[in-house]
Amino acid sequence: MDAQPTQKQPALSIEHIAVHFGGLVAISDMNFVVNEGEVVSLIGPNGAGKTTAFNVITGFLRPTKGEVRYRGTSLSNLKPHQVTSLGLVRTFQRTSVFQSVSVFENVMIGLHRRGRSHLWDTLLALPREKESESELRTRAVEILALVGIERRSRELAGSLAYGDQRLLGVALALAADPSMLLLDEPVSGMNATETARFMQLLDKLRGLGVTILLVEHDMPMVMGVSDRIVVLNYGRIIAEGPPAAIQGNPEVIRAYLGQGAKRRARD
Amino acid sequence: MKRLFPWIALIVFASVPIWLNDPYLLNAFITTGIFIIAAMSLNLLLGYTGQLSLGHVAFFGIGAYTSALVSLGFDVELIGGYRVVHEPWPVWLGFIIGVLFTGLCGYVVGKLSFRVRGAYFVIVTISFAEVVRLVALNWVELTQGPLALTSIPPMTLGLPGLGYFDFYSKQSNYYLVLGVIVISYVIIKRLVHSRVGRAMVALKENESLAVSVGIDVTRYLVLAAVVSAGIAGAAGSLYAHYLKIIDPDVFLFLYTVTMVIMVITGGKGTLAGPIVGGLIFGFIPVVARSFAAPEIQWILYGLFMILIVFVLPQGIVPAIEKWFGVNDEPKVAPTTEAKIQDAR
Repeated sequence: MDAQPTQKQPALSIEHIAVHFGGLVAISDMNFVVNEGEVVSLIGPNGAGKTTAFNVITGFLRPTKGEVRYRGTSLSNLKPHQVTSLGLVRTFQRTSVFQSVSVFENVMIGLHRRGRSHLWDTLLALPREKESESELRTRAVEILALVGIERRSRELAGSLAYGDQRLLGVALALAADPSMLLLDEPVSGMNATETARFMQLLDKLRGLGVTILLVEHDMPMVMGVSDRIVVLNYGRIIAEGPPAAIQGNPEVIRAYLGQGAKRRARD
Repeated sequence: MKRLFPWIALIVFASVPIWLNDPYLLNAFITTGIFIIAAMSLNLLLGYTGQLSLGHVAFFGIGAYTSALVSLGFDVELIGGYRVVHEPWPVWLGFIIGVLFTGLCGYVVGKLSFRVRGAYFVIVTISFAEVVRLVALNWVELTQGPLALTSIPPMTLGLPGLGYFDFYSKQSNYYLVLGVIVISYVIIKRLVHSRVGRAMVALKENESLAVSVGIDVTRYLVLAAVVSAGIAGAAGSLYAHYLKIIDPDVFLFLYTVTMVIMVITGGKGTLAGPIVGGLIFGFIPVVARSFAAPEIQWILYGLFMILIVFVLPQGIVPAIEKWFGVNDEPKVAPTTEAKIQDAR
């Protein structure tokens, strides 16, 4: 959220990334760029390598070949928490929240990077500890309000409705102060109302200048929010471009969208 | 009520030596108190970071030996004929060096063993404790081996201008142990209610997610290990200077198990858990002794433990909190509504 509104500057660049698990090629020679302030979606059939790509970008997985750069910094030898401290923050497909603590505490955990107190401040209860904690609490309230789950703040995260848990997952990521968010299937399992609410949130985030890379199967949503779409199949990029072009691309239709999409695109 | 409770407990326990004149029971209070400190330190690792250290007694024993040796002095020959002679130092200095040295051991063990998790971590910590026990048993020149370190001086406290105060009587030892419990409690409480504690809970709950919000997992695990080891070392030091004799049996696996039982039954991940669990399992043998034969005592001990784990699987303290509906969550900033209005 401290993103500079410098449009069309490449934020994230994936250069010749390949991932092999033994003999299995999960990703072969992947190249694409996400520009500052853009919303880019990564789509493709299950097993196409989308989540693997996420894991590589965020340092959870070392690529066999290639390099990922974020704002000019190579992420090759960084641990996941170091990638996060560059402002590149992800969410997870399934386990997206800390189940057994309250919603508010979840966001407080997410705000870890923003804390200013040192160990001595904590142990000796120095004034800086109090200041830092109250700043964090204020910020946590703001983030919960931004995401729209402030009414749930005292509930246990594990007891939230599914859609709210996904929103909390995003709140957690936002708490880590991202300039770029990577969302892994954020609306999977959500109903239509929840999805609509989520799309509004994405619009708000875009307004704040956050760059977004999205992996998602919900096509109406992907088509609705994306500036550009990258299509993966068998670990290979088969198409890239604005939603309209992707909907009409014959190879994408064959591999993923199906003939129905072609008809809808014509209508 | 919840805020007052630790103060009430403190006042009650501070009054014990005033009305209790039975030296046997006072002794039970002191040894139980020492084990409570050790259990509290274990709880920091087990309850807050979720890592089960089954070698925790190693830190307890290292603290005991370090503190005893610093205050007794030693003269050992290292490899290559190089001699190390140490003159006796004041006991309070032995205590501090004991705490710092076990903290250092915690750092080394943490750095090495937190590459693995779960069962592997448990095995690494058990092995560590066993290695330390064998060293204490076989490095006779330093530790007297099975002959035990004897005539360990009691704790002394140097007060500038007032001379030294000896913790020789049971009463004074009781207050010493109570004092260390209070200090450990405050340290652990401040840690777990801070950003550090949140990081620990996060990595216990879901390590990948914790990492993804920028928490350096190894750093916080090692920090927990250092603090935990240091506090266990303090307990060991108190033990050595109270009993005035220690042998390699301080590294017995049974002691680790006792600490684990205290933490689990009391309620892991709660501040009061190890204290409640420690009091119960410290006093069961004392109470049972008054009416039961030795074999029956241990059967009762086991039965009581099984009963608690079955009926209150979360532990006693969480069960009580749930019963009374006490909420441990920090309060949301009072200006919530106003802040929501301002939020973007």
